[in-house]
Amino acid sequence: MADPVFVVLAVVTVGSAIAALELRSLVYGSIALMGTLGGIAGFFLLLDATFVALFQLAVYVGSIAVLILFTVMLVKRELIFKKIEDKRRKFAGVALMLVTMVALGAIFIDSGIKDITTDEPPVDFREIGSDFVTYYWPALILMGLILAGSVTGALVLARREDIEENGQRTS
Amino acid sequence: MVNELVDFTLVSIALLGIGIYGLAVKRNFIRMLFAIEIIINAANLNLVAFGRFIPESGGQTLALFSIAIAAAEVAVGLSLIIVAYRMYQNVDVADFRSLRG
Repeated sequence: MADPVFVVLAVVTVGSAIAALELRSLVYGSIALMGTLGGIAGFFLLLDATFVALFQLAVYVGSIAVLILFTVMLVKRELIFKKIEDKRRKFAGVALMLVTMVALGAIFIDSGIKDITTDEPPVDFREIGSDFVTYYWPALILMGLILAGSVTGALVLARREDIEENGQRTS
Repeated sequence: MVNELVDFTLVSIALLGIGIYGLAVKRNFIRMLFAIEIIINAANLNLVAFGRFIPESGGQTLALFSIAIAAAEVAVGLSLIIVAYRMYQNVDVADFRSLRG
């Protein structure tokens, strides 16, 4: 069965995922989201995927969570503490969540996935690196282009045109 | 391996359920983005877990691609939030009515 480290990580990850959605303040919510992302990085470490774990820490916890935090700070203070949700849909949402969890969980447990164990050594990260530059190189270049395009698109979207028309500086 | 594949899968399913709940119930644009992030992370956890137990390097490679694309998606989503907030002074998705076609 699962070892104590796994149980603690699972509790932290799932608990902070619930906290990220349910805490009243959006600032604390985004900090709880950071906990979820860090917990997933911990799972990657348990799965012997050190490279992916560090990538997750650098990209998610390091940049995305900070980006979200800064966006939250740009929003009015009343909106940060205001809970906007449909009361009528709350029970339907909880029911949907439970149905998803129970149905998918039952299917997965029943599917014979329990018998899968491995004693083989983990994948070497050098193999991943060489895969990236040999087999996956077109995808890697495409991903770079997508990243550049989306960041440029985000900059264009968030630019304030009303200030520029008055001849003021935007930056 | 001490842990079994089914344990990681169950954690991933729990995160998926929480994300679906958030997307269904919350009307705050930023909270919905949190829910999307949680769902993407559940998918990544599944990829790496199955890649460990096969074992095959493709799972980790795909997870790396997925993380990078998710970063781009969050950047665009946050800039959309900022634009919509500037237009409506609100982050409630029910207020963004004129965004409908």
